[in-house]
Amino acid sequence: MSQKKYWKGLEELNETPAHQQVVANEFKEDLPFDISGGLLQAETPRRDFLKYLGFSTAAAMVAASCEMPVRKVIPYAIKPEDIQPGVANYYASTFVDGGDYCAVVVKTREGRPIKLDGNTKSSITYGSTSARVQAAVLNLYDKARLRHPMANGAESTFANADKIVTEGLAAAAGKTIYLLTSTILSPTTKEVIAKFLAKYPNAKHVTYDSISYSGMLLANSESYGKRSLPSYHFDKAKTIVSLDADFLGTWLSPVEFSYQYGQGRKINAKNLNMSRHYQVEPTHTISGASADYRATCRPSELGAVASALYSLIANGTAPALGKNLNELLTKAAADLKKGNGLVVCGSNDKNIQVVVNAINSAIGANGTTINWAVESNYKQGIDADMVNLVADMNADKVGALLMHDVNPAYDYCEADKFLTGLSKVALSVSFADRMDETAQKAKIVTPDNNWLESWGDAEPKTGFYSFMQPSIAPLFKTRAFQDSLLTWAGDTTTYQTMWSNYWTAKLGGQAAFDAALQNGIYEPATMSMGGGSFAGNLSAAMTAIQASPKGAEMELVLYPTVAIGYGGAWSNNPWLQEMPDPITKATWDNYICMSPKTAKEKFDAELTSITEVEANKKQAKITWNGKELLLPIVVVPGMHNDVVAVAFGYGRDKGVGRAAASGTDKDGKLIGGKNAYPFVRFNTTSQTFDYSNTAIKIAPDNSRHEVAITQTHHSYEGRPIIHEFTLEEFSKDPEALLRERYAEIGHYTTKPWEHHDAPSKGYDADMDEKFRDEGTLYPDHTEKPSHEAIHWGMSIDLNTCTGCAACVIACQAENNISVVGKTHVLKAHEMHWLRIDRYFSGNPNDPDSVQTVFQPMMCQHCDNAPCENVCPVNATSHSSEGLNQMTYNRCIGTKYCANNCPYKVRHFNWMDWNGADCFDDNLYEDGRRDDMNDDLTRMVLNPDVTVRSRGVMEKCSFCVQRLQEGKLEAKKSGEPLKDGVVKTACQQACASGCIKFGNANDPESEIYKIRHSEDKERMFYVLEQLHVLPNVNYLSKIRNADKITAGSKDDLMVNKSKLIG
Amino acid sequence: MLLIRKITKSTLSLLVILLLSQFSAIAAPDGAAIFKSNCASCHNPLKDATGPALQGVDKRVPSKEWLHKWVKNPAGTIASGDKYANDIYNKWGKTQMTAFPNLSDEEIDAVVTYVNGVKPPTPTGGNKEGAAAKEDGSGWLYPLITLALLGLAVILWRVNKSLRRVVATAEGQTVKKEIPFYRHKVLIAIAAIVLFISAGFFIVNGGIQMGRQQNYMPEQPIFYSHKVHAGINQINCQYCHAGADKSRQAMIPSSNVCMNCHKGINEYTGAAEHPLVTAEGKKVDGTAEIQKLYEYAGWDPVKKEYKRDAQGNILAKPIEWVKIHNLPDHVYFNHSQHVTVGQIQCQRCHGPIEEMDEVYQFSPLSMGWCVNCHRQTNVQFENNNYYSLYTKYHAELKAGKRTGVTVEDIGGLECQKCHY
Repeated sequence: MSQKKYWKGLEELNETPAHQQVVANEFKEDLPFDISGGLLQAETPRRDFLKYLGFSTAAAMVAASCEMPVRKVIPYAIKPEDIQPGVANYYASTFVDGGDYCAVVVKTREGRPIKLDGNTKSSITYGSTSARVQAAVLNLYDKARLRHPMANGAESTFANADKIVTEGLAAAAGKTIYLLTSTILSPTTKEVIAKFLAKYPNAKHVTYDSISYSGMLLANSESYGKRSLPSYHFDKAKTIVSLDADFLGTWLSPVEFSYQYGQGRKINAKNLNMSRHYQVEPTHTISGASADYRATCRPSELGAVASALYSLIANGTAPALGKNLNELLTKAAADLKKGNGLVVCGSNDKNIQVVVNAINSAIGANGTTINWAVESNYKQGIDADMVNLVADMNADKVGALLMHDVNPAYDYCEADKFLTGLSKVALSVSFADRMDETAQKAKIVTPDNNWLESWGDAEPKTGFYSFMQPSIAPLFKTRAFQDSLLTWAGDTTTYQTMWSNYWTAKLGGQAAFDAALQNGIYEPATMSMGGGSFAGNLSAAMTAIQASPKGAEMELVLYPTVAIGYGGAWSNNPWLQEMPDPITKATWDNYICMSPKTAKEKFDAELTSITEVEANKKQAKITWNGKELLLPIVVVPGMHNDVVAVAFGYGRDKGVGRAAASGTDKDGKLIGGKNAYPFVRFNTTSQTFDYSNTAIKIAPDNSRHEVAITQTHHSYEGRPIIHEFTLEEFSKDPEALLRERYAEIGHYTTKPWEHHDAPSKGYDADMDEKFRDEGTLYPDHTEKPSHEAIHWGMSIDLNTCTGCAACVIACQAENNISVVGKTHVLKAHEMHWLRIDRYFSGNPNDPDSVQTVFQPMMCQHCDNAPCENVCPVNATSHSSEGLNQMTYNRCIGTKYCANNCPYKVRHFNWMDWNGADCFDDNLYEDGRRDDMNDDLTRMVLNPDVTVRSRGVMEKCSFCVQRLQEGKLEAKKSGEPLKDGVVKTACQQACASGCIKFGNANDPESEIYKIRHSEDKERMFYVLEQLHVLPNVNYLSKIRNADKITAGSKDDLMVNKSKLIG
Repeated sequence: MLLIRKITKSTLSLLVILLLSQFSAIAAPDGAAIFKSNCASCHNPLKDATGPALQGVDKRVPSKEWLHKWVKNPAGTIASGDKYANDIYNKWGKTQMTAFPNLSDEEIDAVVTYVNGVKPPTPTGGNKEGAAAKEDGSGWLYPLITLALLGLAVILWRVNKSLRRVVATAEGQTVKKEIPFYRHKVLIAIAAIVLFISAGFFIVNGGIQMGRQQNYMPEQPIFYSHKVHAGINQINCQYCHAGADKSRQAMIPSSNVCMNCHKGINEYTGAAEHPLVTAEGKKVDGTAEIQKLYEYAGWDPVKKEYKRDAQGNILAKPIEWVKIHNLPDHVYFNHSQHVTVGQIQCQRCHGPIEEMDEVYQFSPLSMGWCVNCHRQTNVQFENNNYYSLYTKYHAELKAGKRTGVTVEDIGGLECQKCHY
């Protein structure tokens, strides 16, 4: 059987009584009265009920008898020619965040950006996005953004700031002026900086990245003579070996790599080519979850692992690491030697990266999967420069410091030292968009425009250009960073003029410039490919690795999360704060990730309290070098037993915003997590920052802290819902799944009195149709729609889903989904219409045995929907196009539908999250998510989707507003609806292209082909046997490995007598 | 019944009008119609507006051919260095005329013939009031007759009963004492039930009516008469409500759209034929209302130019109209779906807008009203290739199994057509 049972968490695996209770109480809400002694003897007896009834009737009468308010309709005074109220405009632009790059298309309505989607014209990102790109539009409307320049802590004007800065710069003549920026992708911004540096000969430009790739830059400089990063081609790789590089989640350019990776993982019965992915990592990342083979190691062992892999490839020397690592490396080396291999490494240690370069050179990756002809510019920061800058500041050698898109007071490892130095700098200027940790200490703050308000450009790869155009005028008194620099350099041209002149000249005329701006990109027709010859000092690197200190008992890994990454403005983005982490499913906090075995044995965090049933987690204290970090323990199966991990991006100052602020809330509870950056070390051997700390001590603490984890909310109660095969099983017997499905439903494909023989093939080609007709006694519910024109369907490929959650945020942005805040996530009240279920298999005591599967889950739009026939007011009904419709204005909130939904995809509005109620004082506030209801932030709402009020149920609508719009456009043009014209938000956001959507009645459509020809062997419906007839199908997960843990002897779900502890 | 009859009547008359206008369009280029749909927004036959007065234009211009060339491509004519063209261009403040490449020479000639034939209006006696047909007033008669007949039945029944009693008494039978009707238990019970039911009926109906605003006619910041614009002057609805065919919102025009015509038209000259009167009977000075528009639009009527601030932006402020047609937030309505795809006339929902000085809400805008129309209206099934998807219906139409496809048949009554 390929259909295995998985577990979402240890509590589900162990079926603890507490977990069973939680599952039984799906709606974690007490009734407002005590019915322990029977309903009629309850504390709130019948008479009170009548009182309530009387009151509510009277209240309703009063509320309803009010006069209709007089509403105004205010047209434009002078209508801009290109704005048509009610019709969206789209502008190509470029998302740039430090060195993170994504070509996007901005959707604007009535002049305000409301949604970002990928630009399909880009040959780098191909229309892919990430959760952060999707959430970026909310940062534009962030209430914490600065609304004017600041001088010495008080509101100021640009004229005043300019005066102070130019005077200060002139006064700094004897000392050095530093311009400190994050990686700059923009060629014109670099010109501006050059102009500034020319004006001030004593000025220097230093690049500093919060998450640095200096190790790679230095290693490449040594190995290839180029201090830059190559382009990677995961799509061309047959074998991918990743040494702690979470390239699908956070490493370098995850949007680009997810797309490429997806290309190499698309398979069907006719095309069995699939890349093989090995992952070695200390923690559990989403790349590890997608890997075919995975083993764990300590962070201090990573160099040894790289060296061992090199020795295997170069000399065939058998590795002498752990058993699992040895096996994995031997297999990986054999596969890499076959050619088309690619090894990537997430370490920031120069020496490890030199070894990785040597491996890639030895397996011939240069020129096949690693492209040195087109370099990537994503990261340019050199750590030693920053360290020297801080030293210079403390030595009083710095006259002025201008800081753009950096926040060292928060994310520099020795922030105290930086701040002491800063106090010695006469003129400090920040371009921050908010009073973040650094801006608060700067004398002058001249806030930069948001990128959605800016002209600009980017050169993510050599020769690949991408353009930024404003989709809204600056909301506040802010000024482009480049304009500030030009002003101070004494240049009178504006950046916009300079920028357009630059590109008009470079692209050869106005027409070419306009076209490039409209397309958003300007790229060569094909990407050239080139190798490089390795000339690094391998033996020195290997010696340095051997000499590196061994780790202490426990080692700490510091990591950026998939959601809020390195921190920055993302920490104050409520969408991202409430996005469940792909692996831990935790929201709103950072915490110590720990393996179950360690938690049990060393931290006495017994099962019921450390897992998700009990949200109040035990805490542990990490100490190093006089610094401490007291955080709750969250158990993560698949973590190395001697490793703990803490995320960056938390523990922010309140100046960053209400959602980000850490400290205590109004109830005295600790919020916002802790800052982990102080545990980063500067490695003097490799001259780079080290994002693991091998010298920490960690000890249990008696305190507790609540962590809001969505893991076992919406439980399937252990029902098997995923099919998983190895590639070998699938290639030998592609029809196994069809037979399994037939074994389950075959009995119900004939009339009860008809004789049914098992078909010769083992399955019946028409079983779907027959099961639809014969699987129920009530044929009315399964009748096909009368017009037979459109039947919407969705297909989700579990093989290419990486769990990155871009779809979750895209759905939230498109459908105005409420943020509920930590308190209510704890009560399982989160509203995400689309959630990604994460399932483990394997033995939690053995991290290397753990395999992880993601399954995006949303309303399945069942044709025989169990929710529809239990609604007493017909608020949920079926459309002739196969949609399960939810009508908010009809819903009275009985929640019967949610109770009856086998997929647990319906969400109830327990509170008035967003002021949509007609009652004034009903709005829910918790102090952290409240900015979502600010008039400024509300500009992000999609005007085509109702904002739901308290007391109604909601769920995925298949983006019905997009379907209706697509149909309307087709009608207006008088053409039949073309396949692929209508896309759901999740589909459009998906980086690996695992979601397909279309009219399943159209034989030409992609979805029809998936179901009936191309992928029919892998297709299945979740809980198909219930005869609910879902309109969402899934494609089975295929691992290119020897075995899958689920269902094997290593899986505890199979043999529950071996429970841990 | 009455309602249906009315709808049928108005639809029929509408159809007749449509047919008639079609016919005349086919027969020969109709100068008046072409003028009104293309030229009238900028030109008046008799006096200067945004563009010059057109009467006698054929005598002024160098040649007939020149005129054809000019109308079809004014920019090209100016660019060619034509002296006459450049003179006009400069004389009219370098405002360039819109090109009409789609007009044929015959059509341009027809327009010229029309404008030459226009005579200045002679003042006549005020327009007869009550032009709109009075409602059929016989409706109240039926309940009255029913009541009278019921009364008659009761009287006859009483008479009959009394007579029987008299007969019975006369024949010496014992007669039960009659209970007065107000103490008659059966009657009281019946009355109570009838009261309960009718109270429920009226409360429920009243509840349903809550929040509905049929016939709502608020006072607007400017007395803008649709009758004068759309009715008398025949301006196409979509000239101002330019979103109706392409957007969800029909769009209230911004004041610069008003100024396209009102740069030239600065007084209301129709007061004699059509005096402007509010619903309360107050007389309105049309010219003063145009002045209000100038105030909003930032137009200086003396200097004939826009007032501008230091940056050169026009000092216009939006007109805050009172919204008449209010749909609840949970209703999605798209004008273009109905106007462009459904080809529904504006009047079908908005009523005889071309006869309204002050606009009021003509339709109830209730869900029942929407649904009713979706049940009855046929989709433009044959003319729109989008519907080729509906192969089953096409087959049925061909086989004669159905006469048409209503909105309901393609899912027009489903919740998520309007609620999402």
